[in-house]
Amino acid sequence: MVAELFAQLGVRRGDFTLDLELEIGAGEVVALLGPNGAGKSTALRALAGLLQISSGRITVGGQVVADAASTIHRAPHERPIGVVFQDYLLFPHLTVLDNVAFGPLVRGMDKQEARRQAALLLERVGIADLGKSKPQAISGGQAQRVALARALATNPRLLLLDEPLAALDAKTHLLVRAEVRRHLADFSGATLLVTHDPIDASVLADRLIVIEDGRVVQQGTPLQVARRPRTDYVARLVGLNLLTGSGRGHRVLLPSGGAVELAEPVSGDVYVAFRPAAVSLFVHRPDGSPRNVWAGRIAALEPHGEGVRVEIGEVPDCSSSILAEITPSAVADLDLRAGSEVWAAVKASDIEVYAA
Amino acid sequence: MPSPDAEPTLADAKPATTRAPANRAPDNRVNNRPWQSGIPLLLAAPAGLALLFLILPLVGLLVRAPWTDAAAVLAGPGALQALKLSVITATISMIIVLIIGVPLAWVLARPGLRGASLLRALITIPLVLPPVVGGVALFTVLGRAGLLGRPLYRLTGFAFPFTPYAVILAQVFVALPFLVLSVEGALRASDRRYEEAASTLGARPVTVFRRITLPLIGPGIAAGAVLAWARALGEFGATITFAGNFPGTTRTMPLEVYLALETDPGSALLLSVLLLGVSVAVLALLRERWVSRW
Repeated sequence: MVAELFAQLGVRRGDFTLDLELEIGAGEVVALLGPNGAGKSTALRALAGLLQISSGRITVGGQVVADAASTIHRAPHERPIGVVFQDYLLFPHLTVLDNVAFGPLVRGMDKQEARRQAALLLERVGIADLGKSKPQAISGGQAQRVALARALATNPRLLLLDEPLAALDAKTHLLVRAEVRRHLADFSGATLLVTHDPIDASVLADRLIVIEDGRVVQQGTPLQVARRPRTDYVARLVGLNLLTGSGRGHRVLLPSGGAVELAEPVSGDVYVAFRPAAVSLFVHRPDGSPRNVWAGRIAALEPHGEGVRVEIGEVPDCSSSILAEITPSAVADLDLRAGSEVWAAVKASDIEVYAA
Repeated sequence: MPSPDAEPTLADAKPATTRAPANRAPDNRVNNRPWQSGIPLLLAAPAGLALLFLILPLVGLLVRAPWTDAAAVLAGPGALQALKLSVITATISMIIVLIIGVPLAWVLARPGLRGASLLRALITIPLVLPPVVGGVALFTVLGRAGLLGRPLYRLTGFAFPFTPYAVILAQVFVALPFLVLSVEGALRASDRRYEEAASTLGARPVTVFRRITLPLIGPGIAAGAVLAWARALGEFGATITFAGNFPGTTRTMPLEVYLALETDPGSALLLSVLLLGVSVAVLALLRERWVSRW
């Protein structure tokens, strides 16, 4: 099967280089995840044609829309795409209905027909009664739906969503996310979603691609990425502690000279991941069972869900900080505060190890 | 060179922001900035002085005008003829300015245009140039013996000077920068991403300009057009040098006022009031029609 979107994106801008390969099938939703400045928006703009690629090639629905080698660069209006922009960019001088009808209209559809279709789309996203309103008069959640309806109105082969939920407040966020998920499931083309929110990405996308500094650092299903992060950024995103080292039998030797004890033997370069909740803290060095025990100093404490997240800033053995999650009563019992010296312990059986 | 935004004459042309406001403007009747309630004297005094300086001459005009002679002066041959010529030429000039000025502003506001600041400086010249010099300059190009005027005269027997067309050319010359800078300011302040959004929806560049850009900078265009019209209506120096002073063909209101001042100051006052009234009325009308629609 030929992918709906096939793109090799090379963009150079000053010191920044984006080098990204994307393949998205029909009906598939892929989330492009990364920190600010990683090149997510640049990738989206390049796919939309708002930015020229300096190398590579973009094929949408079997049609080449950009090819740096043969200097093909189709303008945005010549590409079968739909874009939902971050702050929606609904045209303030047009009604909601005319915003949605805009695409079909400028593509040559009869005005009456374009409006009729727009009305149907508004009905589908559940805001049929807002057609006559101006964008300034509707709520953020409603504007999001209008933006989605407007982008879908031209029957694009590739739908691009730029941080589609970032502008919403917490409550609307959940609601709209569920709706967007439903609409994306109905959409037959390829969808690329740009976001920095790992939860949005996991809920909405079939597959995640994580980029940092313009390069792919990890990809896979949301579950794969969440369980086996491969960079510090991803680990922090999914809330895991991550160390790297090389396996020697039941131990992983860390670059700092320390070691992690494992339940199973491993070899080669590996990642070591463990949940903050698997870390226990002690004021005095614990003894007994095969635990990994590291001395450190608390850098920060903050409430996290029902527990307290403790960041242990200096763990010389790991050459990295470690997150622990403990109960508020444990914090009180141990009299923990920023600056306290503690021992962090992790059971070998709580540690996940996978090849680098 | 000051930036066009800082040009005091363009204060009126500040474009209404085209970013969609999240909420309607806050209720101004409620003073929700109590720390700004008092105006310090250091600012209040010069501000009041400025206001007085602007308003007093107008009051003087109204007070000193010989109202009893009004009927006679207005019924006289010169006044209405000059007024009609002024309004018609100023309106035509405004339309020409719109047709050629808006595209120029668009080009000027394009991001990454090379030589934009030089271009902008050139466009600003007629603003700071004494209008009489502008008239002389027009003469050298479009006069009967001018660079373009001579071949034109040889080919067609037509020459611009001393015709209403010359009046219009002079007005366009002095009014164009007002519109260009005003519209360029509106374009710069507008969110160009709306244009990107439109293009991703399939709109060709011309369609984007017509359906998105123009409506979004509508208030800026309207403000620029009003300024241009007012400038054209008041044009004196370039008109009298380039178009001359012939009743019915090139004698516009300002020329009529100037002429009357030499012979009959009272009638000059009345004509001035008339011109003032027409300007204010048109301004109010345009505001009603376009500017406040947003």
